[in-house]
Amino acid sequence: MADHLEISYVSKTFYTSRGTYTALRECALGIGQGEFVSLIGHSGCGKSTLLAIVAGLVRPTTGGVILDGKEVTEPGPDRGMVFQQHALLPWLSAFDNIILAVEEVFPDIGRTEQRDRVTHFLDMVGLKEAAHKYPAELSGGMRQRVGIARALAMRPKVLLLDEPFGALDALTRGRLQDEVLRIWEKFGQSVLMVTHDVDEALLLSDRIALMTNGPEATIAEVVHVDLPRPRNRMAMIGLPQYHRLRARILEFLHERVNAA
Amino acid sequence: MKRLPMDAIVLPLVSFVIIIGLWALLSHTVAVFLPGPVQTLTKSWDLIRSPFFDNGPNDKGIGWQVLYSLGRVGMGFTLAMVIGIPAGLMLGLSPVLRKMWDPWVQVLRPVSPLAWLPLGLATFQAATPAAIFTIFITALWPILLNTATGVQQVPAEYIQVGRVLRLSRWRMIRKILIPASLPHILSGLRVSLGVAWLVIVASEMLTGGVGIGFFVWDEWNNLSLEHIILAIGAIGLVGLALDWFMLATARKLCYQPAEG
Repeated sequence: MADHLEISYVSKTFYTSRGTYTALRECALGIGQGEFVSLIGHSGCGKSTLLAIVAGLVRPTTGGVILDGKEVTEPGPDRGMVFQQHALLPWLSAFDNIILAVEEVFPDIGRTEQRDRVTHFLDMVGLKEAAHKYPAELSGGMRQRVGIARALAMRPKVLLLDEPFGALDALTRGRLQDEVLRIWEKFGQSVLMVTHDVDEALLLSDRIALMTNGPEATIAEVVHVDLPRPRNRMAMIGLPQYHRLRARILEFLHERVNAA
Repeated sequence: MKRLPMDAIVLPLVSFVIIIGLWALLSHTVAVFLPGPVQTLTKSWDLIRSPFFDNGPNDKGIGWQVLYSLGRVGMGFTLAMVIGIPAGLMLGLSPVLRKMWDPWVQVLRPVSPLAWLPLGLATFQAATPAAIFTIFITALWPILLNTATGVQQVPAEYIQVGRVLRLSRWRMIRKILIPASLPHILSGLRVSLGVAWLVIVASEMLTGGVGIGFFVWDEWNNLSLEHIILAIGAIGLVGLALDWFMLATARKLCYQPAEG
């Protein structure tokens, strides 16, 4: 598969008053059109930094990120970002949070079309009724849904998810994972997701990139998740491949802990 | 629900009775120069009954005196807002400007605004503009510093959202930085208005003319302590009303920050 998004030997060194710290070393990963790829690793391994580099929010020290043949040098709406802590603007309603993005990305489509798009994406995440509620009035899961709707409404080439379910309780997390899976299966959006949850990665991903612990974290291997789609968390548990993959990833994560 | 009228009316009434009693006691025993409550009320009854009489420039009702003072505070405060908010935004946004101007702010801020009054008098050759100038200096610092702090404390995620949307500098300020720092700006305005109301009394005592501060000084020269006590009450009530006004404005404009 031709790489749609290419992370090409990205290294990141931080220069601080106490010396230099190399967080990432020569991370390389390609993501195909419509592919769902997860980055998995322990907390603090630098996977969120790598995602921020893809987003253009952080500049790599060496190497680069190429999206559809063009190098990423700054943030942009072609890489729709869903933040760990939703990052909704608290003074705007759910609707206004999304329309701010739509207005910026599609200034020429007209007011009616802009409003229709917002309603469409709110509907997609099941929040049409909550359009005029403010973030403070929404539950954690609902806020994250608005964050996902906002990112999708930018019509990005690739959706970047930074541990989007990490701050949620287990039940809400499961429901939201199913929802993301459903949306992805319907639209075939390319996705790069950062997570530390093995089951989450297995449920959603086509491939899982395993990251070593920092300093000098890198992508050690990439696991193909050859589980049939459409997937369903209950049916998956019965599959022998599921357990084989799960064991392999857990073994990797466990070994890296001991090595560190 | 049943306790509410008790707490809101009866308890303040109890303290009112205590204060009036203490006042009467003091004026009859140790502080014989001090007019008692009854004497104060009877001697200032004419002023209370018709606060807006106008017998020429040197003999106006206490309502007029308050309004003149409020007018000066309003002018100085508005000027401070017009200059302080944009200046605060710039200082908050630019570390270079902060370093450049910080020594001036740090040295001038602790100076009593009244020290500027003679410079105002010398510059404008008139009492009213000098008083307005003094109020401007008074109100400037809290507005400036709160705005700058507010801008610096805008959560990084909100700015990242703006960067992903590629907001222009001006739209970043208007759509993200100003609304996000509005609670800080408004608390700066509230502090400023409170201090401005404190300072106007003192500066009018020095400049003369019309105004509640000069009224107090004038009544001291007339040895009319009853009228001074009345003025203290009026100044307090107006200050309270100003603070209520600012709080109500803040409640109307500010968002509820979303937790988590």
